[in-house]
Amino acid sequence: MNKPEPIKPEDQPIGLYAKREPVFNRRIDGKFRRLKWAIMVICLGIYWITPWIRWDRGPYAPNQAVLVDLAHRRFYMFSIEIWPQEFYFVAGLLIMAGIGLFLVTSAVGRAWCGYSCPQTVWTDLFQHVDRLFDGDRNARMRLYKAPWGPAKIARRLAKWSVYLAISFATGGAWIFYFADAPTLQHAFWTGTAPAVAYATTFVLTMTTFVLGGFMREQVCIYMCPWPRIQTAMLDEKSLLVTYKDWRGEPRGSVKKAEKNPGQFGDCIDCNQCVAVCPTGIDIREGPTIGCITCALCIDACDRVMKETGRPRGLIDYATLEDSEREKAGQPPTRHLKLIWRPRTILYFVVWASIGLGLLFMLGTRVHTDLTVAKDRNPPYILLSDGSVRNAYTLRLRNMEGRPRQMEIAIEDLPGAKMWTEDMAMEQATRALTRMVPADETQSVRVYVVAPANTASQEFEFKLQAVGDAREKDETEVQFDAPEGQ
Amino acid sequence: MANKRVDEATNTETVGHEWDGIEELNTPLPRWWLWSFYACIVFAIGYSIAYPAWPLVHKATAGVLGWTSRGQLDQELKEAAAERAKTVAALKDMPIEQLPEHPELMHAAVAGGEAAFKVNCVQCHGAGAAGSNGFPNLNDDDWLWGGDLKTIETTLIHGVRQPGDDQTRMSQMPAFGRDGLLTASQIQDVTSFVLSLSGREKASAASQRGKVAFEANCAVCHGPDGKGSRQFGAPNLADAIWLYAGTREAVASQIGNPRHGVMPAWGTRLDPVTIKMLAAYVHSRGGGEEFTPPPVAETQAEATTAAE
Repeated sequence: MNKPEPIKPEDQPIGLYAKREPVFNRRIDGKFRRLKWAIMVICLGIYWITPWIRWDRGPYAPNQAVLVDLAHRRFYMFSIEIWPQEFYFVAGLLIMAGIGLFLVTSAVGRAWCGYSCPQTVWTDLFQHVDRLFDGDRNARMRLYKAPWGPAKIARRLAKWSVYLAISFATGGAWIFYFADAPTLQHAFWTGTAPAVAYATTFVLTMTTFVLGGFMREQVCIYMCPWPRIQTAMLDEKSLLVTYKDWRGEPRGSVKKAEKNPGQFGDCIDCNQCVAVCPTGIDIREGPTIGCITCALCIDACDRVMKETGRPRGLIDYATLEDSEREKAGQPPTRHLKLIWRPRTILYFVVWASIGLGLLFMLGTRVHTDLTVAKDRNPPYILLSDGSVRNAYTLRLRNMEGRPRQMEIAIEDLPGAKMWTEDMAMEQATRALTRMVPADETQSVRVYVVAPANTASQEFEFKLQAVGDAREKDETEVQFDAPEGQ
Repeated sequence: MANKRVDEATNTETVGHEWDGIEELNTPLPRWWLWSFYACIVFAIGYSIAYPAWPLVHKATAGVLGWTSRGQLDQELKEAAAERAKTVAALKDMPIEQLPEHPELMHAAVAGGEAAFKVNCVQCHGAGAAGSNGFPNLNDDDWLWGGDLKTIETTLIHGVRQPGDDQTRMSQMPAFGRDGLLTASQIQDVTSFVLSLSGREKASAASQRGKVAFEANCAVCHGPDGKGSRQFGAPNLADAIWLYAGTREAVASQIGNPRHGVMPAWGTRLDPVTIKMLAAYVHSRGGGEEFTPPPVAETQAEATTAAE
């Protein structure tokens, strides 16, 4: 038995849990930063303005351009109105969004993550709030390390209240997509809005506050599935923010490089790329899951390269394949060729065909619909004069924003007549006209009576909107009669 | 722990264990993740105190909030009853003849009647109210006692041949065979005549003889043309609908040794509102008489919208 060795410090079990390393990203200006600003303004603008756009649909439908009317099961998007049974349009849009992400990823890498993901946009916004209240990187680091005192508490509270205000504006805007925005806004402030509106606002305010204010890059690294999926989608032809180590290494300061010409690469190890990174990674370690390809390090490095008189692009958008080509002294692939490859074309074709299919269906759909449910218990009723009656529940769907006259007719059932539950049997006719209210489904119970000795057979109900030949529908149904008749 | 090292490919420290050359990288979990796990545990403890949670021998712990699924159901039933109270009160005060003038009440009554029918009536009349041998079909246009709302309600309240109810629908067809009122051959003749009324059999010498016996014995209730009389609850024998089937055997049997069905007097079993609802439902099955169309067309649309 050996005496147990004394435990050395490096043998201490390393932690199974890691504390979050706070990120203090430095302010930077450059073309990608300006692009990010523009995209942020567009995204937030769309989010906040959309519910307030009005769209005249006549007296029978809401005049909000984009409205998800859950209570009445209607989805309005400008000139398009979707009923629940047409939900495949929404499913199609979601599939397009999914394939669109694939397309973007294979064409320009993690551009979604870097520019337009809500987590990125709001994190970016909150980081600007940090900068506004606490100053740039170094000031924020000092404040972070400073002990808690009245001044620090005051600054933190002020900053967090701005966080909360932004979060509230974010969470509060969401509910306007589900009800008439001006009405709901008034109800919201007067305390008469439905409880679900307050609950939704509260939940989304808190998620924005926590995810944008505090979780930030932890969401991308630990919680979001999309980076993990993307790692499987990236290949040597994918555009990545790349540190060209063949050009940068070995690193050395400007002074060192001047003293020993030819021994050092272009990287002067100024750490600016790390300082500006919103997720706190070092791009020089190669592509990692934390890199959302926001390209701010490109802006930072380009500026340094310009100041030190070296060519730009030490950190740049490049494919792994191109990096190898450049390393070997070959010219890089042309930009168009990077995007125009079989994979992106395939994604685009799939994406575009779904889109065209949806447009085609949207253009050719009819706003009149008939469904029929037959009474099955009893299947038929023998009347005293020997004739046979069947009952059906017809649902006449008027998917237009105006009331319409609709004619129901019986096709292929000789001698049959029908009447509805709000007519007397003596009024039975071959065709009925009903006024169907705007944007509604009217349920009508119809009795069809056929002369004695009519055999069981199929026939059709035809629905025709009066005055519009294209607006029609038909449904085949069974007519039951006693056996042996 | 001596084998701890930094993995070259990933630049990550290993945890130091090794099994047959397989090592584990130490990628530390974020600390907040651990906290959220603890928060879930704390929530679970709180939940199991507040709500029923731990199964014991006879029943589970009750939870300090006192919530039970049965209690919630009771609450919801109470709320539903409170919502229905207005309709029920309105139905209570309204004579059933006036019901068609109030389409939304009529609609509610038919819906309520359908539910009550499924509890009380389907045993004899069937789930679709189509009846069966000896039990009238309520969907058709043939009524023994009358098919308007008021008459249906009366039949429901007092029943048919219900002992002890002096207003019950009473009809007692004599047992012409069993009591020796007609001979066997006379019964066959009357059967031939009855079947000829609805065209089931052709007129014959037998039916001619039967006609004489019919006029002497049956016409007082069923009428000379056999079309029946609602006053006596005598069925129409000239139509296509038969309570006890329209075969020769069934008709002859009913003449010789008639069966007399009984329907309970529901007035002693159900409250007046439920009976009104049942009457409205039966009336709505397609054969209701003295039909009055609803007064305003819009109400139909409203009812449809409300039902959506």
